[in-house]
Amino acid sequence: MFIIQSVLSLFFLYALVRVVLRFKQDGLSIVSFIFWLVFWLAGIGLVLLPETSSYLAKIFGIGRGVDLIVYVSLALLFFMQFRLMAEKEKLKKEITLLTRQLALDKAFKTDSSTPKNLE
Amino acid sequence: MVIIVVPAYNEAKNIGRVLSGLLKHGWREIIVVDDGSADDTAIIAERQGARVLRHSVNRGQGAALQTGHELALRLGAEVVVDFDGDDQFDPADIARALEKIKTSSASVLFGSRFMEVLAQIPKSKLLLLKSGRWANYLFTGILLSDAHNGFRVLKRKALEKINIRQDGMAHNTEIVRQIKKNNFKFVEMGVAVKYHRYGQGIVGGFKILCDLIFDWGE
Repeated sequence: MFIIQSVLSLFFLYALVRVVLRFKQDGLSIVSFIFWLVFWLAGIGLVLLPETSSYLAKIFGIGRGVDLIVYVSLALLFFMQFRLMAEKEKLKKEITLLTRQLALDKAFKTDSSTPKNLE
Repeated sequence: MVIIVVPAYNEAKNIGRVLSGLLKHGWREIIVVDDGSADDTAIIAERQGARVLRHSVNRGQGAALQTGHELALRLGAEVVVDFDGDDQFDPADIARALEKIKTSSASVLFGSRFMEVLAQIPKSKLLLLKSGRWANYLFTGILLSDAHNGFRVLKRKALEKINIRQDGMAHNTEIVRQIKKNNFKFVEMGVAVKYHRYGQGIVGGFKILCDLIFDWGE
């Protein structure tokens, strides 16, 4: 076994353990848990049996297994980046709405008709 | 009722002067939205008798304006004047603007640094402002003489329809876009602008562009 195979397998195994622990702590939905479980297991499988990726690459008409992995990884990374940005923007908007609501609520709590000097 | 909405972030040095100017010109209904300042902006504004709303955390000028607009609507404002808290504007322009919006039957009035020779604009800033004007046109379909001017008058009809979702400085473009969408009549008027410091630099302009491109909607 090459060193890179050992290092990657250990890293993926660590990620797998994290997924299981997170799931046990109720931090992950069942769908997310299954997705990440399959994802990291597939990673371990591809690292330990690299010929699998070559076989899959041929099916998709790509020359080398490693190319297939790079293409799929890039597509996944961009998609996840898009999801993260969308989620971040949504959170920012929610924080703004909350901040505004708090400010206005405090204003009208102090004096329902003429809010003045409020925090 | 005319209500002046003043968004302010860390403007302890200027807010007193701004409010004194407004009061001196007879404007009593003033809402200051302290956008999470770390200094005494809110305390000074309270002392001057303004209605002060405080954002617990800094959310940006667009967010502060929307908060101020919502309170103004609840208080029954017929007309709202957006007026920056950094002492750039001249309160004397408010009366002229109200007269102009009344006679023109427009729903919105935009202040402009380029319509009359009222504003002393640093040369270094001119290019940025001119580029911003065309970028604004690209996003809104309306070519204003000055795209990002914080002096603005909105009648209640417009205020009820305009919902600022851009927390940062891109709200200037967003407001124009919503005005076009709702077919509101608008006018422009030259206003005086004093430059104490350089507001939006190139980095700020780039951020506005990013905010407009990556606008994720509701």
